[in-house]
Amino acid sequence: MATQLLLGNEALAQGAIDAGLSAAYAYPGTPSTEITEHILRSAEARSGEIRCRWAVNEKTALEAALGASYAGLRAMASMKHVGLNVAADPFVNAAIAGAHGGLLVNVADDPSMHSSQNEQDSRLYADLALVPCLEPSDQQEAYAVPAYAFELSERHRVPVLIRLTTRLAHSRATVEVGARNPSNRLSVPEDPERFILLPAIARRSYERLVARQPDFVRDSEESPFNHLSQHGDRSLGIVACGIAHNYLLEVTDGAPSHPILKVGQYPLPERMVRWLVEHCDRILVLEDGYPFVEAKLSGLPPRSAPAIHGRLSGDVPRTGELTPDLVAAALGRGALDRRAASSVPAPRPPALCPGCPHADTCKALHEALASQTSARVFSDIGCYTLAALPPLAIIDTCVEMGASITMAHGASEAGLRPAVALIGDSTFAHSGMTGLLDCVNAGAQITVIIVDNLTVAMTGGQRSAAENRLASICRGLGVEDAHIRVIEPHPRNHAKNVAVLDEEIRHPGPSVIIAQRECIQTARRAARRAPSGGPR
Amino acid sequence: MKRDIILAGVGGQGLLAVAAVLGEAVRSLGLRLKQAEVHGMAQRGGAVQSHVRFSDRPIYSDLVREGTADLVLALEPMEALRYIAYLRPDGVLVSDTRPVRNIPDYPDLARILAELAAISPHRLVDAALLAEKAGSAQATNLVVLGAASPFLELPEAALVGGIRAVFAGKPDAVLAANLRGFELGAEWSRAVA
Ligand SMILES: Cc1ncc(C[n+]2csc(CCOP(=O)(O)OP(=O)(O)O)c2C)c(N)n1
Ligand code: SF4
Repeated sequence: MATQLLLGNEALAQGAIDAGLSAAYAYPGTPSTEITEHILRSAEARSGEIRCRWAVNEKTALEAALGASYAGLRAMASMKHVGLNVAADPFVNAAIAGAHGGLLVNVADDPSMHSSQNEQDSRLYADLALVPCLEPSDQQEAYAVPAYAFELSERHRVPVLIRLTTRLAHSRATVEVGARNPSNRLSVPEDPERFILLPAIARRSYERLVARQPDFVRDSEESPFNHLSQHGDRSLGIVACGIAHNYLLEVTDGAPSHPILKVGQYPLPERMVRWLVEHCDRILVLEDGYPFVEAKLSGLPPRSAPAIHGRLSGDVPRTGELTPDLVAAALGRGALDRRAASSVPAPRPPALCPGCPHADTCKALHEALASQTSARVFSDIGCYTLAALPPLAIIDTCVEMGASITMAHGASEAGLRPAVALIGDSTFAHSGMTGLLDCVNAGAQITVIIVDNLTVAMTGGQRSAAENRLASICRGLGVEDAHIRVIEPHPRNHAKNVAVLDEEIRHPGPSVIIAQRECIQTARRAARRAPSGGPR
Repeated sequence: MKRDIILAGVGGQGLLAVAAVLGEAVRSLGLRLKQAEVHGMAQRGGAVQSHVRFSDRPIYSDLVREGTADLVLALEPMEALRYIAYLRPDGVLVSDTRPVRNIPDYPDLARILAELAAISPHRLVDAALLAEKAGSAQATNLVVLGAASPFLELPEAALVGGIRAVFAGKPDAVLAANLRGFELGAEWSRAVA
């Protein structure tokens, strides 16, 4: 056993590598990105022993992993929580078709929305799809979970969801790691028809999945990641899920004085829960994310004792990340003696880097729209979303990936014009292309600006899927050649760029402007790397 | 032995490098470590922080509780002030004094420095000055780490080893400037005491 300093994400990735992983697909997204970056850096990925790739989006990533699982290999797809919305269709249906080689879906949730637009809880997706879910409480468990989950997945022939939250994903600790186990050999399922989800087959498969639920519960009862301690003062029983268990140990100096149910595997271990509910006067549920377990325990009134406390009862705030201080407060321990926070510091939101090409595009757009008071800019998600903040303050919307072109389409047809869509190169490949085809088919009067910085900048500079093929993709989707314009966003081209934008905004059909200049961060990195050569 | 530290700064200042040096030093000593970092959006010039905990005993939480940090180590004065509620009553504050004014409404610097100076013990270091002396304007983060080194309860050799490990792939001149910056910060801090 060697020890390594690993982020929760990296521990999960290393655990998967050592568990005989053969294929890993992902779309980047904070806080999940380092899972795949760790695999990409591994000797096994570099030698080709593990196939590891950034996919165009989360749906294609999960489907590719499902294909590898079909071929008998241990495979996984990784994404942030909102990525599972994009991949929800393959996720829910893969649960019915089932896995062959072990199939893991690794999802990093972001309570408190440190880098996200919501704090949805992926445990609800596992519940919806009726598959087991594992929630490691620390980095060492994050390392141990993949081997266990691959075995579980192969034994029950279902995908398994592994849920992390930001804090564990992005916290580093010393982890004991072992050696790599052999990977599976190529093999096809012995019952291949279960992958053909025609209603007659799907009904049977779904019945089988439902019939397996008690087995999943039994596994949870015996799981190394669930533990019931019956010791201590039964006036209170505590359920601590995932990382909440660490916070509980922290505030009780490692020795909680009440019975504790540590939960790291779902569905809930029913016998353990029942013991706690039957033997304790009150129950406190500690969980990072939604009041998922609390809601399951609470049921609907009228309901017999004991009272269930947690986020729904107000003992823990309903929203936001769980912290050890919140756990202490829920246990009725007062705040520690501390200095008052200072009122002087001002918020310091993130901002575009000085010299960012997106800023030049937005300045030109600002000028081109100066006289058009009814103009709306429907933006998307990426570094350019920061143009929402002053001094640029040019975008009107940012809802989810891909919603720029499609919202502009609907708004334009409703009569709100000019309608401008602002979308990054990676986001365009992720989920912008299909919406553009809608616009072409409808002849919609919209102007799409693809801010092409030749990378996925927001998440750290991964390779963009449609690099240098944006114009030909737009042409292929049917945008007229004359209305696919390429500009270089740079202060020296400002006047020229304003003129191009102005022309295309006046065009009564769909037009695309590709504003292409490399992100200065990735350009700098490439320049630094240049002496040793090699492509990015 | 146990240390709980809050690192604070502005995205792009090299805060994660400081965290990495601490991590390597702690690991080389066979101590346990937990280090919660901020990745993602905030790294674009926003406020960033990291919780670093090390001990010879098991560490449970990845986050430091308010009122318990032994040290706040900040690369920017307003960011230092943002986290003082984490300090235990006799905790140490170490901060660079030069502001990063990348927001329109940056508060009165004199007031910030006065509030920081009211915390005892403290080290308020003009890191840019020492970094320049060390041969790299970019080494301010290592200067501040040096200034904090007397309060870390880690042997200096382990910290130097951490710097060597983290900057291993970098040109020799960069490594040398970072090592020198760390030493100048440490010397300055000891002289103030
Ligand atoms: C469904 C979903 N997946 C992933 C993310 C995380 N994410 C936010 S923006 C972005 C990509 C941005 O790339 P691009 O559009 O090229 O813009 P850039 O940041 O390079 O300016 C990603 C991966 C997300 N918010 N939603
Ligand atoms: S990382 Fe690149 S794209 Fe993002 S703000 Fe900085 S320069 Fe612009």
